[in-house]
Parts: sequence; C-alpha cells; structure tokens
Amino acid sequence: MAIGLEHYLILSAILFSIGVYGVLAKRNAVAILMSIEIMLNAVNIAMVAFSRYIVPALLTGQVFAIFIMTVAAAEAAVGLAIIIAIYRSRQTVDVEKINLMKW
Amino acid sequence: MGVAIAFWVLAAVSVASALAVVITRDIFRAALFLVLCFLTIAGIYITLGADFLAAVQVLIYIGAISVLIIFAIMLTREAQRGSPSNRLRLPALAIGVLLLATLVFAVLVTPWNVVVPLPEAEPTTAGIAARLFDLEGGFVLPFEIVSVLLLAAAIGAIVLARDR
Repeated sequence: MAIGLEHYLILSAILFSIGVYGVLAKRNAVAILMSIEIMLNAVNIAMVAFSRYIVPALLTGQVFAIFIMTVAAAEAAVGLAIIIAIYRSRQTVDVEKINLMKW
Repeated sequence: MGVAIAFWVLAAVSVASALAVVITRDIFRAALFLVLCFLTIAGIYITLGADFLAAVQVLIYIGAISVLIIFAIMLTREAQRGSPSNRLRLPALAIGVLLLATLVFAVLVTPWNVVVPLPEAEPTTAGIAARLFDLEGGFVLPFEIVSVLLLAAAIGAIVLARDR
C-alpha cells in the first residue's frame, strides 16, 4: 500500500492530539513546554507533507516549516527562561501553584 | 516499498515516544523520549524528500532545544518530584480524543488535489534558498523579521534568567 498525503496528515493529527493532552493534563511547566514542542513538530509534518504532495515545485511549505522552527526556538528559549525565573522566586514550577495573576 | 516500511516504522516509534513523553512520570525520561520523537520526525522529513529540513531538525531540536529543556529540568530540581497529571486528566483525554476524531474525519473527507504522478524527490537546499530570497514573491521581509525576533528572544532570555 502506497503512502499518501492522508497518512502524513493523520500522523500529524495524532501527534498534535497527544500534545494537546499533554498541555492540558500536565502540572510541571517544563512538561507543558515539551508538549507544545510536540504540537509544533506535528504542524511541521503537515506543512512538509502539503509541500510534497500538493505544490511540489514551489517548496512554500518547507519555507513555512523553517519559520515555524525559528519561532519554536525563540519560544523555547524565552519560556524556559521564564520558568527558571519563576522557580527562583517561588521554588516551584507547578502551574497550579503559580496563580499570582488569577483572581 | 522501502519508503512505506520506513514510514510505518518511523510513525509507530514517533507516536509511541510522544505518548511516553506525556504519560511517564519521570520528567527526565520524558525529555529523553522527546529527543527520540524529534529524531523520528527528522526521519519522516527524509521520507518526504525534505533533506534540508531533516538536517535542520536534528541541529535545532535535538542539538539546541532538547539541551535547553534538560538544562531547565536540572536547574529546577523537579526531577525528584516527577511530573504527575493534574485533576483534569480525564477531561483532557476526552478533548484530545475528540480533537483527533475531528481532525481525522476532516482529513478523510476533504478532496485533496494531490499531484499525480508525484515528481521524484530532489535535493531541496538550493530550491529553499531560491524561494526564500526570491525578490518577487519571496520571503525576504519575513526572514528579516524572524532574525530580529530571534535576537529579541535571545536578549529577553538572558535578561529573564539573569541572577539579580
């Protein structure tokens, strides 16, 4: 059975749903960031699959994937710096205990 | 045929390792499973003929982001406490399954105009560079904006994590 666009899109959907579950169900802020990285990777798979199967001559999807990776790198750097700063002042990275801005 | 076998093996390993990331309670092991997941996704890019992206995936995700994440785990000493689920585990599972069902349904009923016959995969590095820096319809301005974003993120991370 040949591998088609749908196989890649369904793989991407599975990885994205796993990431959504991780974001909603985890307590540790670092674990939530790891789940977000899984979601961004799933989107990248969909982008590259569209680029390969729908517009193979243009490579636009791969260019978008590069931009997504850049933003993901920036997000990881800033997110982890924020987590370390919060840990330094509150000695926890449990998102249920970080409720300073909740009312 | 070889590509099909590679796809099924890589897809199975990537889904299993992603599940392990969200299920395991040991946060350090979760980070190592995340590295495995990134590696198999690089392999999936290769089955799609995206050689440049596969190399970038290994360099950025495995080389940089995983190291950052492991560094953060070590600095926050949460390794002993683990990574338990919160009260919302079952609703989150329901939302994940519902989202997956919706996405799979949408993928299966949409008529995609797939190009047939599929052209042979070629080296993409020169093509991506030409597409990125093409003056007409290229991505020069987004490229510059993303460079400024990276610089701002690097400076911001230093300022946030600095010991005052």
